[in-house]
Amino acid sequence: MLPGDFKISKRKMRGEVSNGMLCSPAELELNYLGGSDGLLVLPEGSAAPGVPLAEALGVHPDVVFDIDVTPNRPDALCMAGIARDLAAALGEKWSWPSTPMPGAPDPRVAVAPIRVDAGEICPRFCATVIEDVPGGPSPLWMSRRLTLAGMRPISGIVDVSNYVMLDVGQPNHAYDLDRLGGAGLSVRRGRDGETVRTLDGMVRHVGPEDCVICDADGSPVGIGGVMGAASAEIDDTTRRVLLECAYFDPNAIARTGKRLGLGSEARTRFERGVDPELAGRALERFVGLLRTLDGGDKVRFGATAEYRDPVHTPVAPVVGLRTGRVNSLLGTSLSDGDVERLLTPLGFAVEGNGEGRASVTVPTWRLECSREIDLVEEVARMLGYGRITRTLPPSRKRTGAVRSAVADQRRRLRGALVGAGFDEAWTTTFISPADLDAVGIGPAAVQVDNPLDANESILRPSLLSGMLRALRYNTDRQADDLALFEIGRVFHLPSGDADLPVEEERLGVAVVLPRPAGRDASVEAAVRTWVLIADALRLQDPVVAAEPAAGLHPGRAARVGAGGVNLGVVGEVAGDVSGAYGLAGRVGWLDISLDALVGVARRDRRAQEVSRFPAADIDLAFVVPDTVAASTIAATLRLGGMRGADASTGDRAPGDTPAPARPGARSPVEGVTLIDVYHSPELGEARRSLTFRVRLRASDRTLDDSEISQVRKSMIEGVARLGAQLRS
Amino acid sequence: MTDIQTIRSTLANLRSDGETRLGGVADLETLAEVERSILGKRSALAGLGAALKDLAGSERAEAGQALQQTRQALSDFARQVRDELDRRDAERRLVEERLDLSEIACGSRRPPLAASSRSAGHLHLVTQTRDELEETFISMGFDVVEGPEVETDWYNFEALNMPPDHPARGMWDTLYLRLGSPETVLLRTHTSPVQVRLMSKGDLPIYSVMPGRCYRRDTPDARHLPVFHQIEGLVVDEGITFGDMAGVIEVFTEAFFGEGMHSRLRPSFFPFTEPSAEFEVTCPICAGAGCRTCSGSGWIELGGCGMVDPNVFTATGIDPERYSGFAFGFGIDRLAQVRTSLADMRALLDNDVRFLSQF
Repeated sequence: MLPGDFKISKRKMRGEVSNGMLCSPAELELNYLGGSDGLLVLPEGSAAPGVPLAEALGVHPDVVFDIDVTPNRPDALCMAGIARDLAAALGEKWSWPSTPMPGAPDPRVAVAPIRVDAGEICPRFCATVIEDVPGGPSPLWMSRRLTLAGMRPISGIVDVSNYVMLDVGQPNHAYDLDRLGGAGLSVRRGRDGETVRTLDGMVRHVGPEDCVICDADGSPVGIGGVMGAASAEIDDTTRRVLLECAYFDPNAIARTGKRLGLGSEARTRFERGVDPELAGRALERFVGLLRTLDGGDKVRFGATAEYRDPVHTPVAPVVGLRTGRVNSLLGTSLSDGDVERLLTPLGFAVEGNGEGRASVTVPTWRLECSREIDLVEEVARMLGYGRITRTLPPSRKRTGAVRSAVADQRRRLRGALVGAGFDEAWTTTFISPADLDAVGIGPAAVQVDNPLDANESILRPSLLSGMLRALRYNTDRQADDLALFEIGRVFHLPSGDADLPVEEERLGVAVVLPRPAGRDASVEAAVRTWVLIADALRLQDPVVAAEPAAGLHPGRAARVGAGGVNLGVVGEVAGDVSGAYGLAGRVGWLDISLDALVGVARRDRRAQEVSRFPAADIDLAFVVPDTVAASTIAATLRLGGMRGADASTGDRAPGDTPAPARPGARSPVEGVTLIDVYHSPELGEARRSLTFRVRLRASDRTLDDSEISQVRKSMIEGVARLGAQLRS
Repeated sequence: MTDIQTIRSTLANLRSDGETRLGGVADLETLAEVERSILGKRSALAGLGAALKDLAGSERAEAGQALQQTRQALSDFARQVRDELDRRDAERRLVEERLDLSEIACGSRRPPLAASSRSAGHLHLVTQTRDELEETFISMGFDVVEGPEVETDWYNFEALNMPPDHPARGMWDTLYLRLGSPETVLLRTHTSPVQVRLMSKGDLPIYSVMPGRCYRRDTPDARHLPVFHQIEGLVVDEGITFGDMAGVIEVFTEAFFGEGMHSRLRPSFFPFTEPSAEFEVTCPICAGAGCRTCSGSGWIELGGCGMVDPNVFTATGIDPERYSGFAFGFGIDRLAQVRTSLADMRALLDNDVRFLSQF
């Protein structure tokens, strides 16, 4: 069985039966053994027949740990760093990886001239010339380790360079000295309009914010701490190397890397912070590893040219640490000695004064530990989070927990809607510019600067398009009986000088009913949903008043409100709008602002005594002009025919002024319900018949016939003033 | 038989005759018919075109041009008529379909979905999870607080110990809005800015949770949505310890997931807390026995937490020597996914009623 579940079996090859197969390194997932084009040929004598391949190759089962290193721990971005932390945790001894001693610098090897003109962004810079560098690939063990660490083996020198970075954590750069103009390096800020062609073949525009590495002639050979240039690249012919090990200012590297959109292993390390004192160690390791290459025994290196900026080179901070502070933040009772014992194995030098205070010198690989709290974290980490006793806050000043009025209202609404059969949806906040057009909302909307997708570049100013899309998703799956609601924020452009958009929480309700329910069923459901909500939230004086609205059928749209506040719209989605979303059926729609709703007056909470006396129902049919809303008639009837404030919630006729109600008189009208609507040409042009059932009841007596007929008369007169006649 | 003069006068007649006929049309069906007879293949106009070939070269060109003009004028006229008919049609439909919606509001109280075969509806899985979380935290004495979804860089990053160019900002791929100066107004990447607003108000102590919608510039996949929901908690008081944080998280774990469910903390990093931790809870699917959801470990990673960084206190005007506190947070959608063994989180956004009605 080969990797990828490929089974080797008996098959015919060019007419001959073959029981086996010759494999390439790629087929065995052993790419580091050489190109994938040829077959894998084992060195002569390395494997007697019958010896397992793994044994012949010296391959052992591997365990590769995938470690997620947090951004505050650049020291752990190398094998040595992980080992150092682990050793401290396990109480083991730790040392740097052992390298065959590279010996002393060879005085016959030149010292490369270096010059640093940007010490504030490159405070440490070391360059060493290495001669008689062997060509050819790196040894098997090295290329195998690089592969396992996720890097591609390239050539002996490049592999050594990468290995040093992964091993001790120093990003470094090896230049072909014979291709460098002037055989030296200089470091300066970029110039306006300057370009560098980086190793990946791209031309990068650099500027004064960026650090540029140049050869001694001044031409750029790399963007400092981010990526080298193509010009002095190492190849098979390279025999003399100039090795650069530097320390760059993390913020400068972060800015350059972000602006150029250029990621690299070097950038990742430098922008988090590399040990500024690592260069010597890295050089030693580099030369030592070069010597393991075929022909590497002749490698010679010169003295290191070194730059150290006196001001900008970071020095190990000395941080004050109070044992009392450690304990009060962690809830522990550690002694000074405990704290010292926990910190020392990590490389911190703790000097206590014996009275709960210590001066802690931070190792150069942990420069981000510059505050007391950073040391508190180290103590907690080394102690083990699980060993800190769990307690509960003292809660001396706590009062009962609350939820906001908005959240309360939201819950009440959800409860009412779910009870009535609606499913809750949540749709994305993003819509496309085409959506704005499709639902008839103006082009002014909040735009996303860097959307993932042009179809998600607008913050929704309305829930409508998202809900129509949700309906479509379901109708595409043969559902034709849909009632969905969503509660979510919509966004409007900022008002005035504000930078932040106006956020508004809205409720959207969308209904599609099966065709046999009739053409008015969906819009009816939407209006009834409004009535349901108004009742559930005990809204005062809810209103439905005809008014065109964006995206809605002009003859089937109304404004809804309560307590004199406009809350939103109800109606049927215009056919071309629902059609644009691929919906064939009619869509009922209710859309109200929950932010406005929360401020609306609610019905009085005081209990009203219910009457013990019998009711009298009277049915009244009126011929009403189409221009007069049923709600206007109903309001008049509710006042017993008198004109009052209630009537103003409908469409009041011009010049219609409310009459003063008799003091102390309570309307005997308990309820008004429209029980029949009848359309017929016989009723006259643009008129329909509305039949109301009025329920009369007094709180203190049984109404007699004369009272009832008086109210009836008054109602008919009141309604007549609205231009509607009793139907004979 | 044909000369240019005759053709010109014929064209003039055809045009006036055609316009009269089109003008008299009253409905779209008739219009199509009339159009065909005036401009179609068998129309007099088409016949005239065929006759042009008898004319001499220069005259033929001239006549052809005149014919083309007439054809153009007539079809323009027909379009005008069609537009007008369309408009009238829409108007008629409007009148015919006009509904006094207040009639429905005045009518008898029928349930909104009486015409439907649906019974009770369902809250979205995410809402149910969020409600349950809120209930749990309220019972533990935490207020529920909300804040804006669009924030300034200061609230989302800077006050949280992440100055511009801070490498930790790379932990969140941010969506910026085209408002204000570039990269200053953004969609919050976590609900932490609500904590900043709360601390800046200075009303101490704080025992609050903040649920809400957050945004990241992430390509959606089975475990990530660019629009998602988070709940965070914040405690700021005198004498609050890491041990208190571990205790509150443990109490929450038991209260929310049930008896026998536990939590544990592992070191982590967040710029706004120190010490920071990731918190794991007993896998709710296998109750710790080990299963596919928890990759056999018995634990699932739920969220992050930590002691509020002194820099955050300083930025919000709280004295870090007097007060201490902790914060925690996790994804609501992710929690819902784990608890329901939902394979692909994108189902949460499809709003398929067959999915919604399962919960």
